[in-house]
Parts: sequence; structure tokens; C-alpha cells
Amino acid sequence: MPIKQQIFALVVSLFVFVFTIEMVRKKRLREEYSVLWLATSFTMFVLVVKYDWLVALTHLVGAELPTSTLFFGSIIFLILLAVQFSIKISRLSDQLKDLVQDNALMRHEFEKMRKGGERGPGAGDR
Amino acid sequence: MSKTIVVIPAYNEGGVIARVIENVRRVVPDFDILVVNDGSRDRTAREAAAAGAIVVSHSFNMGYGVTIQTAYKFAYANGYDFLVQIDGDGQHDPAFIPELLAPVVAGDTDFVVGSRFLGVESYRPSFSRRLGILFFRKLVSSLIGRTISDPTSGYQAFNRQVMRFFTTDVFPCDYPDADMLVTLNLAGFRIRELPVRMFANAAGKTMHSGFKPLYYMFKMCLSIFVTLLRNRQLYRR
Repeated sequence: MPIKQQIFALVVSLFVFVFTIEMVRKKRLREEYSVLWLATSFTMFVLVVKYDWLVALTHLVGAELPTSTLFFGSIIFLILLAVQFSIKISRLSDQLKDLVQDNALMRHEFEKMRKGGERGPGAGDR
Repeated sequence: MSKTIVVIPAYNEGGVIARVIENVRRVVPDFDILVVNDGSRDRTAREAAAAGAIVVSHSFNMGYGVTIQTAYKFAYANGYDFLVQIDGDGQHDPAFIPELLAPVVAGDTDFVVGSRFLGVESYRPSFSRRLGILFFRKLVSSLIGRTISDPTSGYQAFNRQVMRFFTTDVFPCDYPDADMLVTLNLAGFRIRELPVRMFANAAGKTMHSGFKPLYYMFKMCLSIFVTLLRNRQLYRR
């Protein structure tokens, strides 16, 4: 791998790593979402430093160039990220549904109690 | 004495909902009527309350499935024994409520679905809708081992056991009709179909317009497929 490419890849992976840690430290990114970013930047760093590992991996997946393996890895990373978000959104949608339902039912109970209170003890449901 | 509730999911049914409530009350004056207002932007909630219904309102629009599940949660929490579900747009003729409910109250079945294709004169759905219904009729009937002529009907009656089952996460909130029948069958509930009359929607509104029917069919097939793949333990009552 040309030295320029190597330096660029190292700078990018270090930047992603430090940036992710900083976001978590400032509480702008939750730990659970930082894992994939940290793992990817760390893997990228290792593969650039240990270039022969990247070459071995390239042979393993049947690619021609080590840079193709890195591109392939980044695509897999993006897919994993998208899947993680889809799962999270599904869970949030379910939680939102339960919250909206609970809120509607509790608001009805509250209104009923308030009307009952206004009418005095023993007032009816409607 | 058993308690029965008629639930009406409603989204922007202002101008219609009061008449639907009055028609239901004329047929079953002793039943409580619940309108679940799914974040309507019009006067649906106010008109329903003025007509004497119990009104529960979602803070914003959540869709038909979530709305009817809210109704089931309300009915279950408030100790109702039987539930009849009828659409808020006036399509379902409330005159058939006693007939739908009778076998459920008698304990002959757990769940009754009202069909527009069983002899009683009803409106004729559009060709594409009939095609969709025919597809799901064949699919659901073959999966549950008995003919269900109108698997997409929202006119239903059921008992407290089904109510409790539907308040859990098993309930398919996205499009709860054909896959709901498959789910019920997997859980071992007894399902019966009875004739009802359905009118054409006066306002011409439909949940299924544009590309929605295609998405609906795809989603429903997927939903039924994964329902069949799930662990049977999930459906244990």
C-alpha cells in the first residue's frame, strides 16, 4: 500500500475513533451506537498497520486489491448500521404505540375523575 | 350480568360519527359505546362525546390497528365480557350486532367475523378490492382449514379471552385482518363467520388507495408468513 494511502487511512480511522469517543464523552452519542463505529475504525487501523493481514483477508474473500477489501468492509459496516437503526426504530415504534395507548386511556380516566370531582361524590361515568 | 361494549375506531369521521352512534344505540340501547378517536383533526371526538359515547383519544394519528387495540385494552381493563367492533364511517349496518354477538354470548364460538358475501345484500366492492379479498380468502381459508369469505372485514364480535389475547404484543397492529384470523386460529380460538350488511362508504374514503393495495398485499403476506414461522409458544393463551 502506498505510504500516502496508508497515512490517509490511518488519519481517517484515528479521526473516527477519537470523534466517536468525544461524542460519547459529551453524551451526544449513546454507548450502544458507538460500538459499531469504534469497532470499524479500530479494524481499519489494524488492517492498515498490519498490511499483510489485509492482503491475507483480500485473498480469503477473493478480491483483487486490498483497497477493494476495505471498500467492501465499509459497505458491510454501513449495512450493519442500517440494520441496527431499523431494529431500533421498530422497537421505538412499539414503545411509542404503547405510550400513545396508555396516554389515551389515562387521559380518559383523568377526565372521568375530574368530571366526577366537579359533580361531587357519587357522580356517574358519563 | 355480562357487560358488552361496542367499539368504534374513528379517524376524521366528523359529520358521520354521531349518526353511527345513534344507529348503534337504536339497536343495542343497553350497551356502552366507545369511540377511539385516532388523532382526528376534525370534530370527531366532540361529536362522539355529544352523542353519548365514551371517547378515548390518541394524541396523534397511529393507524387503524393501534386504534382498535386501544379499544381492546380499554374494554379489558374495564371488565367487559363481550366486544363488538364496528367501523366509524357507517359502512357496517348495526342491525346485525345482536346476530354477531349471539353465538359468542352463548359460548358456541370465541370470535365472529361479519361477512358481506354470505347472502345478505351488501354493496359490491371495486374489482381490485374484490381481487384482493379473493386472494386472502383462498390464503386464509387454506391456512386455517375452513372457509372465511370476508377475511378483511372489520365487523367483528368476540369474548373476553380474545380481548385479553389481543391486548398483548401478538396482535398484528399494522393491518389487523387476515393475519389476525391466522393468529387466532394458531392460538386455538374458535372462529365463525356470519352474514352482515355493509354499505358503500358514503364519503368514498378508503384506507386502500394508490400503491397502498400492493403494499397491503405484500405486507399481509409477509405478516402471515412470519406468523407461521414464529414459535407456537408465543400464541399460547
